[in-house]
Amino acid sequence: MALKQVNAVVVGAGAGGGVVAKELSEAGLSVVLLERGGWATFEQHGHDELISQRITILGNAFGPDDERYRRVVSAGPGKWRVVLPSEGGYNNNAACVGSGTVSYGAMAWRFMEKDFRMRSTYGAVAGSTLEDWPISYSDLEPFYEKAEWEIGVAGDMSTNPFSPPRRKPYPMPPFPLNREGETLQAAAKKLGFHPFPVPMLRNSVPYNGRAACIKCRYCVGFACEVNAKCGTHNTVIPAAIATGNCNVRTHCVAKEVAVDDRGFAKGVSYFDADDREQFQPADLVVVSASATETARLLLNSKSKLFPTGAGNRSDWVGRNLQGHAYAGAWGLFEQETFDDVGAGATIAISDFNHGNPGLAGGAMLANEFIRLPYLFADRRPPGAPSWGKAHKDFQRRFYKRSMSVMGPVQEMPVFDARVEVDPEVKDHWGIPVARISGHRHPHDVEIGRFTSSKAELWLKEAGAIQTWTNVPGLGVSGGQHQAGTCRMGNAPKTSVTNKHGQLHDIPNIFVADGSLHVTNGGFNPALTIMALGYWVGDYIRKNWKGPKSFRS
Amino acid sequence: MAIKYNRRRFVKTVAAGVGSAFLLPTRGADVIVWRFFTNAEARLVDAITEQIIPADQDPGARDAGVINFIDKQLASRLRRHQQVYRVGLAGVEETSRVMFKEDFAALKAEQQVEVLKALESGKAKGETWRKQSSSAFFRLIRDHTMAGFYGGPQHGGNRGYASYKMLGLDYPQIIGQNRYRRK
Repeated sequence: MALKQVNAVVVGAGAGGGVVAKELSEAGLSVVLLERGGWATFEQHGHDELISQRITILGNAFGPDDERYRRVVSAGPGKWRVVLPSEGGYNNNAACVGSGTVSYGAMAWRFMEKDFRMRSTYGAVAGSTLEDWPISYSDLEPFYEKAEWEIGVAGDMSTNPFSPPRRKPYPMPPFPLNREGETLQAAAKKLGFHPFPVPMLRNSVPYNGRAACIKCRYCVGFACEVNAKCGTHNTVIPAAIATGNCNVRTHCVAKEVAVDDRGFAKGVSYFDADDREQFQPADLVVVSASATETARLLLNSKSKLFPTGAGNRSDWVGRNLQGHAYAGAWGLFEQETFDDVGAGATIAISDFNHGNPGLAGGAMLANEFIRLPYLFADRRPPGAPSWGKAHKDFQRRFYKRSMSVMGPVQEMPVFDARVEVDPEVKDHWGIPVARISGHRHPHDVEIGRFTSSKAELWLKEAGAIQTWTNVPGLGVSGGQHQAGTCRMGNAPKTSVTNKHGQLHDIPNIFVADGSLHVTNGGFNPALTIMALGYWVGDYIRKNWKGPKSFRS
Repeated sequence: MAIKYNRRRFVKTVAAGVGSAFLLPTRGADVIVWRFFTNAEARLVDAITEQIIPADQDPGARDAGVINFIDKQLASRLRRHQQVYRVGLAGVEETSRVMFKEDFAALKAEQQVEVLKALESGKAKGETWRKQSSSAFFRLIRDHTMAGFYGGPQHGGNRGYASYKMLGLDYPQIIGQNRYRRK
């Protein structure tokens, strides 16, 4: 039986899709929000360190599962390797309503003004498709503000001179510094850095009808036991449902966006919770399935006019896959630095995001979230024994006497770092899986060396008795901060969507997730993805004139 | 899990100067008490993991039930590693015999450490390691030992929160309380 036509299908209920679904349903459009996973609860895995979204040795807490999902990753020239979702290299994001916003660490960064003008600021970088965004920080500022107030952010930028301008303060006061934060604050001031509390999508006080954070040890990788972490699952998606216009369909896996012979989307084919194929007709489609899955879905959406996939006429879909090379340093201390006050990351500096001599960008630096004991077993200085009595002695001596400062290096986009569709491997539903290849730009490593040296300096000033740095190499990028695969831009030849997230080729298909990022900032991207959800949603709302909208 | 197993209970005997060995329950030699391991493999895994996290003033892998964790997970969530274990464990015995002419579990502690260091370096002797990398196998069993020791007891290891007690880490975490006050 054919499903009833709706105004919009949104594919993926994460940071971007949840926001768009709310914006459209609030404006009176009938919306179907498709999500491959279900509603996640704390009770499913509690504080299980081995089944979380950070440590996945026994599986992903909130999916996807190892039974039905696969990806293929490059294993050297001409060689490919099938990877499971719980294995490194899959580039996993949670498969549940809210996606990563259920289990993230919840840092709530606005990108800086220069992050939208990387090409103008630094010029061309050889081997990179570095470019300016077609929108500026000031275009996005009202939507950052909306995300901060509707979803909820605790913070205070008054001591960060590098913070981009903002019209309104944060809705909630910042979290106090924990012991690591206090130690690092004093050291940063001595070094002339400008420390400030990490802005968090987490309730520092009761907000939006939900409780304040209880500062437990477990945050990043886990669902919140008191629902104090703010994601789309407990804010905008319930608001969308409350309009009466949004139907959230869980355990539904999108197969393709159907495109008619005139070149317009007519709906989405998907497999429902019982693995039955369904077709949901719609006036417009929003794809917000993450940089990997959005690219895969568009590439799998072949039609008469667009035989290589929707939006892919110029072969840009899936290209420029970026993530964040996390560079930083570790320090060991004589005194206890651990106070068991979660989530752990409390202090940051933005001194090295830009203006670094000879470098095209940089990274924010912050202290790390609490390291649980299993994870800490792999944190050792280079060459230190990883087992035996020496391992135990190290755990006992340093588990509570160590700190880490690190940050997400803004990567240089690389054209051949890409998501394709694998010609052979299919998932449980018979849908061709994503294939990921390419590598980071060498300049990312140079930036990482620089920012990690600053992290090390900071730890030394804080009194570390031993320090070492960690700089990622030229591996495949992506990860949970995956971005860039459906770049927005003014020129259809060198981008996938226009500045509103609308495909150049098919005007009634929109993208609303990290895929749109031209560059990925030196910050965790969640708040920017949310802001883009509002931005894209706002454009659709303002230009919605009934079912025939977006057909020219 | 489809099959119910007998209650696993180890009776440990410690011989002077020899890596400890344990006897299996006395219901007959053919009783299968493991989900995945053979009795011989279990004896070996017990010895390997106890070198990876040895008992000292705090419990080691054996006391924390790490082997129970690995066995349980190899029969469920980590099933995909079964073959690597089957081959790898045979390889450890082979290397042990090449190096010291004895089964691993019968070696002195220092000899066991030497065997494990050979595995870790990727230079372990033995035909087995032509088929699979000894260092990769060592990394795997070392990682599983850490997970069993430091993960939650619900997965079969970290019995009595042994590792959390060792680190002075309250569990469950109740803010304002410290249940394992040491010294």
